[in-house]
This record gives sequence, structure tokens and C-alpha cells, in this order.
Amino acid sequence: MNVRQISVFLENRAGRLASILQCVTEAQCNLRAMSLSDTSDFGIVRLLVDDVDRCTATLRDRGHTFNVTEMVALEMPDRPGGLNRILDAITAAGLNVEYMYAFATRTPGKAVVIFRFEDNAVAIPALTAAGYPALTEEQVRAL
Amino acid sequence: MTTPTSKPLSWAETLPRAELRALQSERLRAVVRHAYDHVPFYRRRMDEAGVRPDDIRDIADLAKLPFTVKKDFRDQYPFGMLGTPLRDIVRIHASSGTTGKPTVAASTQADLDVWAECAARALERAGSTPESIVQVSYGYGLFTGGLGMHYAAERLGAAVVPASAGNTEKQVMLMKDFGVTTLCCTPSYALQIAEVGAAMGVDMHSLKLRAGHFGAEPWTEAMRKHIEEVLPLKAYDIYGLSEVAGPGVAGECTQQSGLHFCEDHFYPEIIDPETGAPLPDGEKGELVVTCLSKYGQPLLRYRTRDITCILPDACPCGRTTRRIARLMGRTDDMLIIRGVNVFPSQIEDVLVRVKGVLPQYLITVDRQGNLDTMEIQIEIGNDAFTDKIKTLEALRADLQHRLKTVLNVGAKVKLCEPGSIERTLGKAVRVRDLRKI
Ligand SMILES: [Zn+2]
Repeated sequence: MNVRQISVFLENRAGRLASILQCVTEAQCNLRAMSLSDTSDFGIVRLLVDDVDRCTATLRDRGHTFNVTEMVALEMPDRPGGLNRILDAITAAGLNVEYMYAFATRTPGKAVVIFRFEDNAVAIPALTAAGYPALTEEQVRAL
Repeated sequence: MTTPTSKPLSWAETLPRAELRALQSERLRAVVRHAYDHVPFYRRRMDEAGVRPDDIRDIADLAKLPFTVKKDFRDQYPFGMLGTPLRDIVRIHASSGTTGKPTVAASTQADLDVWAECAARALERAGSTPESIVQVSYGYGLFTGGLGMHYAAERLGAAVVPASAGNTEKQVMLMKDFGVTTLCCTPSYALQIAEVGAAMGVDMHSLKLRAGHFGAEPWTEAMRKHIEEVLPLKAYDIYGLSEVAGPGVAGECTQQSGLHFCEDHFYPEIIDPETGAPLPDGEKGELVVTCLSKYGQPLLRYRTRDITCILPDACPCGRTTRRIARLMGRTDDMLIIRGVNVFPSQIEDVLVRVKGVLPQYLITVDRQGNLDTMEIQIEIGNDAFTDKIKTLEALRADLQHRLKTVLNVGAKVKLCEPGSIERTLGKAVRVRDLRKI
């Protein structure tokens, strides 16, 4: 299964980010990665957790607005220029990146980069052909 | 149906009360008969109430007639209230309705003549003459403010400067260069003009302004004092609503203590808003207006939702027409933002049409400088949510656009989490008005 990301609506009001993270804690989830995107009025918190179902159940109980999106996770050698080569491959394949973020793993020398493409059904085969197979949720968890 | 133009504008304002009453009764009989014969809506209403046109002989019989309310306009939208064939209608205005559809105000030429005459009286009461130069800085358009005062000034024989609202620096320039004597606009816009003028380095007290006719939004005696300090004019309150006509239905004289009602054409009653029972002069209640001379779109006992009272004593100016006090509020939840009427129900009507947006909202009205601001917090549910910022921004922009189209006034939309707008038991709090009016 592709990596699932939980995106949570963040109102521009004191204490809202803490409330979202509190849900992650209550669901006893490990936070693998978090990225925040915002405007002057509102934001979106993007979370990668080890148990998506438990985390979304808690978010739902607490009345947060959220959705779950399938992302494309690629393994990236944790050394200079690693990301550039992946981006070159994406450009060459004519894919549009909506947004992306990266995080280091527990395995030395390995990082994961997460992409949001408009259409995974187009992106995944193109990246596989370019030598960058998408990681499954299990593979990411094992890293 | 029309008024003789050979008489002075104000001839009806000094009639002995008995003569005025005879005139009112005569006009009422004719207009009720006309409404019954030509508007199926009124015929049905009167039949249901068991009232025949012949039962209405004197102005005192008015209380026998059923009320007309704003919702009736929506139910009869667009032309169900017309009392003449469309070919006799020469102008159609529209104001805010309580939902998406506007409230239609259609007039014959005779109706417009009556309105212009009444609004011209308002100018005259405050000392304007054919020598005056009147700048109309109300918006021109579907809103009755601009065109209403425009034709009033022409009727008076004054020179009219149809500036409309906006482009304030140019307004100041015209005022100064033309020697404008009379200003017509909302009271908050008058303050805006004064402020912009001062910032331009214009000595506002050197202007020839002598009278200002301000209405279309609530204001206070304190605001009057303030306007009279920053502009070299006397500030006069003017009242009107498009269902009845427009500005000029009532307006102050130089006494500045109550608005003379043009009661030869528009008959005012005050009722208890709970029971509908008429109240004696001097008691505070809801203003109800009957148009005694309007045939294009007859209006009988219209509940304005405005709260005021009819002043019981005679005005020292010598006019015999009764006066209403400055408006004291509303019996409904209508807001007036920059002179535009806004009903919270209009906002709800927009939100229920957008998928994923909850019908939970909170309107915050404030005033920054002299300009009203409106922010609408809207709760966003999972169905409308996406992980892409630009999609959410587009949703926000779309909501803002839809609301502006319906409300005719801009509002800033703020997206909120579900549950962030406080729910209270009973009536939901939909409006926070932080303006200190
Ligand atoms: Zn008077």
C-alpha cells in the first residue's frame, strides 16, 4: 500500500496545533514526519504516523477536519545531490509536484522523500521506470 | 394619482390636521380599492381577513387591513405585487431580500414623481433651494439612495452633482471646485469624505457645504455632533426604504428633532411588534407604512421592522406633519453594512449550497476608521477539505465571491474548524457587532 498521509485543517488560532498533536499522542501513534503549510488565515498540518486508522479515529472524535491522501515515498541516499537526481527524474518524466517533504530514517545513510503528485497512477510507473520504485507503508516503517 | 406641480413642494406640510386627514382618507380609499381590484395578492389577503374595500372609508379604518411583510415580496417575486401592467412601470429597483432573491420595488412615472417630491421636501426642509448645488454621494444603481436624491435635487431645481459613492479624493475636489452646498450620503461616508479631504490638505471648513442629508444606516446624536465638527454643515437625518419608495419618506427640518413624515403620501403607524396592535403616538414600537399614492406596486400596512416612535407634540417649525424619532433599532436581525442591508439568512442560503461547508457561521462586524468591515467565519467539514492549500484558498475565494454577489457588500471569509463557532442553547449567536454606534 502506498504511504498514507493524514492532512489536518489548522485554524489560525492559539492552541490548535497542540490540539492536533495531542490527538496523535492519545492515539498512541508514533509521528514519523510532520510538515506544516500555511497562509495568513489558515494552515494544513501533514502527518505521517505509524497507525493511520487509530490516529484518524481520534481526530474524528475530537472534531478535527482532515483527510487521508496516498503519497509517493521514495528512498533517497542520504548524501549530497541525492534529492537532485530524483527531481531530475521527475522533471524528465513531466510530472508535477504539488508539494513534498523529506525526513531522515533510523537507518544510517537512508532518507525518505514524500511527494504529492496530482495523479499517482501516472507518477508511480514513471518513477519505477526511472529507477525509483515507490516504497510501501511497510517498507517505510521498516526503515 | 399625481400631485399638482403648480403648488409649492411643501403645500401638504402645513395643512390643518383635519384637512390632511381628509386627504389621507380619500387617498387611502382609492388605493385600497385599486390594490383589491388589481393585485391578486391583496385581494386574497383582504378576503382572508374578511375586509372589503368598502370597509375602508377613513384613515382610522386602516387597522382593519392585514399587514404586508418582507416575505410577501419574496413569495410574489418578481412582479406579483404589481398593481399596473408592466408597460406602465418605468423603473425597477431591488434591495436585499432575506434569502438569495432581492426585494423588488417597481414604480410608475407617477410613483417616481411622488417620491422625488417627498425627497425634494427633505432638501427644502433643511434650507436647500434652486440655488443649491447638491452632491449625491450615495451609490447609484439598484439601491435607491443615489437615484432617489438625484431626482429630488432636480425636482427642487437645484444643480445635482451625481458623484455616486467612492473615489473620495475626487469627491472632495468636486465639492471644493463646484462650491457644493448640500451633501447626500451615508453618515459614515460623510466622515470618510472629511477625513480624506483633511489628508489631502483641504481646509474642509472653507467649503460652501451648508446641509448634509444622511441616512441608509444607523447613526447617533454623537455622530451628528462629530460630522458637524469636521464639516461646515448641519447634519440632517433622512429616512426611507425601497419597498415604500426610497430616501425622503421622512426627513428632518432645521429643528433637528425628529423626521417629518410625508404623511400625505406615506402613512405611518406604530404597532406593538409582538401583538400587531396599533400604539398611540409617543409610544415606541415597529413602524408600519401605507403608501397612499402608489399604484405601480401598491403597499398596504408594510411592517418595516424599524423601531421608532411618532413624536406626539407639534414641531416648532410650523409644519403640521408628524415626525418620527431617530430609528432605535430593528425587530429582526438585519444588519446595515456600509449602507447595504444584510440579513444573516442570506449568508445561510449561500452556505447550504456549497458542499462540505457547514451551515455554521459567525458574522463579525466592525468599523475601521469610518468604514464598516465584515468578517464571516465559516466552518469547513471533511467533504470540502483537501490537503492542498491552493484548493482551500480557491474555496475561500469562491465563498467570498458568492457572498459578495448575494450581499452586494464585500466580506472577508475566514475558514474555521468544526465546532469552533460557539453553539448556544436556543437561538444561535450569528452576529457580533463591534461597531460602537
Ligand atoms: Zn419641523
